[in-house]
Amino acid sequence: MSATAAAAACLTLDGVTVAYDGRPALDNVSLSVPHGAQVAIVGPNGAGKSTLFKALVGLLPVRSGTVMLRDRPPGKNGETIAYVPQREEIDWSFPVTVHDVVMMGRYGRLGWFRRPGAADREVVARCLDELGIAELEKRAIGELSGGQQQRVFLARALAQEPHVLLLDEPFTGVDVGAREALLAVLARLREHGITVLVSTHDMETAAKRFELVALLRGRLIAYGAPASVFTPEHLSEAFGGHALFLGGMVVIDECCPGHVGDGEEHRHSHEPHGPDFHAPDPLGHDEHAAPR
Amino acid sequence: MIAWLTDPFTLQFMQRALLASLIVGVLCSVIGAFVVLRAMAFLGDALAHAILPGVAIAYLVGANLLLGALVAAIVVAVGIGVFSRRGGVKEDTAIGILFAAALALGVLLMSTVRSYATDLTHILFGNVLGVSTGDLWLTGILAVIVLTVLLLFFKEFQLASFDPVLAHMLGKRPETLRFAMLILLALTIVVGLQTVGVGLVAAMLVTPAATAYLLTRRLASMMAVSAVVGAFSSVAGLYASYYMDVASGAAVVLIATALFLLAYVFAPRRGLFARRALSRA
Repeated sequence: MSATAAAAACLTLDGVTVAYDGRPALDNVSLSVPHGAQVAIVGPNGAGKSTLFKALVGLLPVRSGTVMLRDRPPGKNGETIAYVPQREEIDWSFPVTVHDVVMMGRYGRLGWFRRPGAADREVVARCLDELGIAELEKRAIGELSGGQQQRVFLARALAQEPHVLLLDEPFTGVDVGAREALLAVLARLREHGITVLVSTHDMETAAKRFELVALLRGRLIAYGAPASVFTPEHLSEAFGGHALFLGGMVVIDECCPGHVGDGEEHRHSHEPHGPDFHAPDPLGHDEHAAPR
Repeated sequence: MIAWLTDPFTLQFMQRALLASLIVGVLCSVIGAFVVLRAMAFLGDALAHAILPGVAIAYLVGANLLLGALVAAIVVAVGIGVFSRRGGVKEDTAIGILFAAALALGVLLMSTVRSYATDLTHILFGNVLGVSTGDLWLTGILAVIVLTVLLLFFKEFQLASFDPVLAHMLGKRPETLRFAMLILLALTIVVGLQTVGVGLVAAMLVTPAATAYLLTRRLASMMAVSAVVGAFSSVAGLYASYYMDVASGAAVVLIATALFLLAYVFAPRRGLFARRALSRA
């Protein structure tokens, strides 16, 4: 691959507007993600992070604007963009093994009647290995820890052999160890040239571990390197009164259920509410710090 | 012992009863896996009752009662699918509305008939001992159709039940699959009418599959175990009915329930004891 092709845009959004339940949830978003880049999508609850992902994979219709994947509209079969859902969206009591779930990533490439073949099993084995969960393949998904469950769904997404990988709130509800393990996996994906978009509430991880950050609040407020995005102006625009500026630090005081700040692992369940599926939790306060 | 086992089936009508029981036991139990996993127990119950107007109309015009039931079940299944489509009412609301309407229509039509025929009570409460050769053929053909469709599209039904979002992304049409599942369910309920009757069909759709759920960790094995539990309950129920002179449909359901209770207490991973031990560890 030539240098110009490697630097070329993998995913391009031009004036994308998405409505959710009849209300506009994302307005006129334009951004271009270079091939193999890793982008953190941040913003307050209901900013449209999940809406953006759902529009990209065709779960929500794009009202206007265009999405281009390698200069072409994304394929209908979902083979090119893979999506790892939030853990609340999965039925963990369903009787499927780790191997079954990862194999589902191959179904898009199989016809309605075709059964998975040797080549599919090979891809599944490779993806299980990649994420270090090969020895778990016969376990039911409900028997796994939160971090292991996340890796299963990441393996399933990789089994789709995607160009673009979307991770919806992967740092929510997992402990520090699982977060570091995930970041290590993302670093390996970079070598495979897979473009990654990660939505997160974790501003610190976004600022320190991603080369590109997109700040959303119903529209794109800022996009670029973390230092150029996390400015007082942009943050007050995104978070309004929730952004506090204390000598050299920006503190975002916002309720975000599902975020675990103390490294403890526990599950949250909440009603779908608004485009981001996040109900405000009147008791849960979180502080995110980002360097200025 | 051998004679005890073979004795009942020297009679022709008992042979037919055995075959019909096995077909229904296996079929209800296999499709029951999806009923249990997709929390459609209420739907099965509703569909079973919703066939009432179809049976009444068929009776009034002198048509085949099973055919009437089949048409009614499919009409109601499609109606539920249409009303609960994206943007409509919730599925359980749609079920509630159609269930009540169909039941009312059935009662209304039946009240126009002065005398209840035994045919009509049989189709409502089941009479496995009265299965004719024609009924057996219809039951067998419908069962083969349903099981073949489930087998051919197993991976699609599994995906759509577990993760409709991924199914949609992969172009597997979860909405179409849901319609298909409703129609298969309607066919299964009609098949079950003859043997266990309307009231007990819902139990056969749920109980063996729930038992299998407690014992397995994969959908395919859950369906296989469910089929075995369903077949065993059906045959054992028939023996109970022969030797103890009790209603066969009720015996089948109670045996299935007893097996469920055993699994609930003793299942290796999900049973009461296993969970107790786990929480103590």
